[in-house]
Amino acid sequence: MKLSQTEIEAIQHEMTLYEDPGAATIEALKIVQEHRGWVSDESLEAAAAVVGVTPTQMEAVATFYNLIFRQPVGRHVIMICDSISCYLTGYEEILAYLKKTLGIEFGQTTPDNRFTLLPICCLGNCDNGPAMRINTDYHGRLTPDKVDAILAEYP
Amino acid sequence: MEKVLTKNIRDNREPMTIGEYEQAGGWEAYKKALHEMKPTEVAGLVKEAGLRGRGGAGFPTGVKWSFMPRFEENPEKRPAHVYLVVNADEMEPGTFKDRLLMEGDPHQLIEAMAIASYAIGADIAYVFIRGEYTECQRKLQRAIDEAMEAGYLGQDILGTGFNLKMYLHMSAGRYICGEESALLSALEGRRAVPRHKPPFPAASGLFGQPTTVNNVETICNVPHIVKNGAEWYKSLGLHKDGGTKIFGASGHVARPGLVELPLGTKLSDLLDHFGGVRGGRKLKALLPGGGSTPLLTDEHLNTPMDYEGVGAVGSRLGTGTMVVIDDQTPIVGVLKNLEHFYAQESCGWCTPCRDGLPWVERILTNLEAGHGKPGDIELLDLHVKLLGPGKTFCAHAPGAMGPLESGLKYFRDELAALIPPEADTLDLTQPANAASNN
Repeated sequence: MKLSQTEIEAIQHEMTLYEDPGAATIEALKIVQEHRGWVSDESLEAAAAVVGVTPTQMEAVATFYNLIFRQPVGRHVIMICDSISCYLTGYEEILAYLKKTLGIEFGQTTPDNRFTLLPICCLGNCDNGPAMRINTDYHGRLTPDKVDAILAEYP
Repeated sequence: MEKVLTKNIRDNREPMTIGEYEQAGGWEAYKKALHEMKPTEVAGLVKEAGLRGRGGAGFPTGVKWSFMPRFEENPEKRPAHVYLVVNADEMEPGTFKDRLLMEGDPHQLIEAMAIASYAIGADIAYVFIRGEYTECQRKLQRAIDEAMEAGYLGQDILGTGFNLKMYLHMSAGRYICGEESALLSALEGRRAVPRHKPPFPAASGLFGQPTTVNNVETICNVPHIVKNGAEWYKSLGLHKDGGTKIFGASGHVARPGLVELPLGTKLSDLLDHFGGVRGGRKLKALLPGGGSTPLLTDEHLNTPMDYEGVGAVGSRLGTGTMVVIDDQTPIVGVLKNLEHFYAQESCGWCTPCRDGLPWVERILTNLEAGHGKPGDIELLDLHVKLLGPGKTFCAHAPGAMGPLESGLKYFRDELAALIPPEADTLDLTQPANAASNN
């Protein structure tokens, strides 16, 4: 398979920002993910060819970082913070509510492909715990009622 | 108190335009440095001011800069590039201060980076930003574009012959990226595995070139030091270390948030600022500066909150953002949550960290579930020793042992009481997690 011209150009631009163009592996994976939602084996190989690294090198990077998805995800990705400040302010109750409402566990996607649920390390939103991130949006001081209203914003 | 780092930051964090920033005195320190000072003079001033790293380690910034090789005398020996890298990978549990500085006053960081690059002779500067901070990315990129247009970045800046390019790198998420040598691996597009030191980054850093890595808050102090001098800076502190600090509080406090106060502010005053422990409860313990700083308790409320002060009571100032724990909270859950984080975020490179941290987490999980065994407390003690400083490849596992060691010290009886009386033997033939079923 081939990446789109837009993806290739975006990756090639990132490669100009480093002394070694091969340093743009993470950017390349992010660009592919932005366009396709996740990184398949085929798109990983295609991205590696653009950057000029082996697929194995690319895979080593892809599987190391939390924000690169090597499996399909839903239209919206919910990441709930499970670190200390959110633990103290009650993220476990919010997590239980999310699991019940969505009918899924961590790492799963709802059957309608709307939401994927994942844990995330401290989001840097500690003064607003319990906190979560949906796609690139931050949400804090969560309560079950608030979670209902927030989920409704993501059709 | 005089606000230094946060004086331009509005409540809604909407940053100034570059024009407004200039009106407020912005970019003056940069012009002063470029026109009136040699790079070594800027570096010397920062050393004299005693600025210490705000990312957690507290290493003196001027000393770090002095490790950089100098090429002013023999420019023909200058390597292809010299790098400044700003560590904006803010992932220490309970830490949210650099986000404020980047979202609220991006120009301050860009100016600070420009001055620091001049001081260490860098021609390329990167900001390494954690992947989730997309708002910081947007605002910093705009500030860089504005600074480019105003002629503060680029070629032959302000007619001085100084050249500087500045780029953002958005990370893809892993706590270990905050370790400076792992950060350089990540920036080179590889797994964020720490490197052996020596060589230190000043000798062989990004792509093998001389490199300095500084935290966001640390470097934001630089323009103010250049503008107002070292004596002024030192006079801002109330105890031994100079300057102000962005302190924060989260967890069981009445009004969680951030505030800029002098270094050396008393812990009890700081707690009062955040409204004290919420719900009228009592303080059980607190992590003074993020997840890897050893716990303090109510016996430490008179501690002056600076590097020296917190160090003297057996902990570290760390990132200066404290996590407060009330007296209704079992300590075992707190420790388990922290050790889960460190076990998960180990890069896996060295065995003690990769295997030891999950073991610690399992012991704590068993204790919490009522499946503890005699010997568990001693086994935790042993891990504190075997995962301590010097036993692992980097500071990740020793950091993880900070809260555990202090937890064992201050709450030993509480932890020991979790072992059921009928549990009489430690069966080493069974996996430690067999009972807890996870």
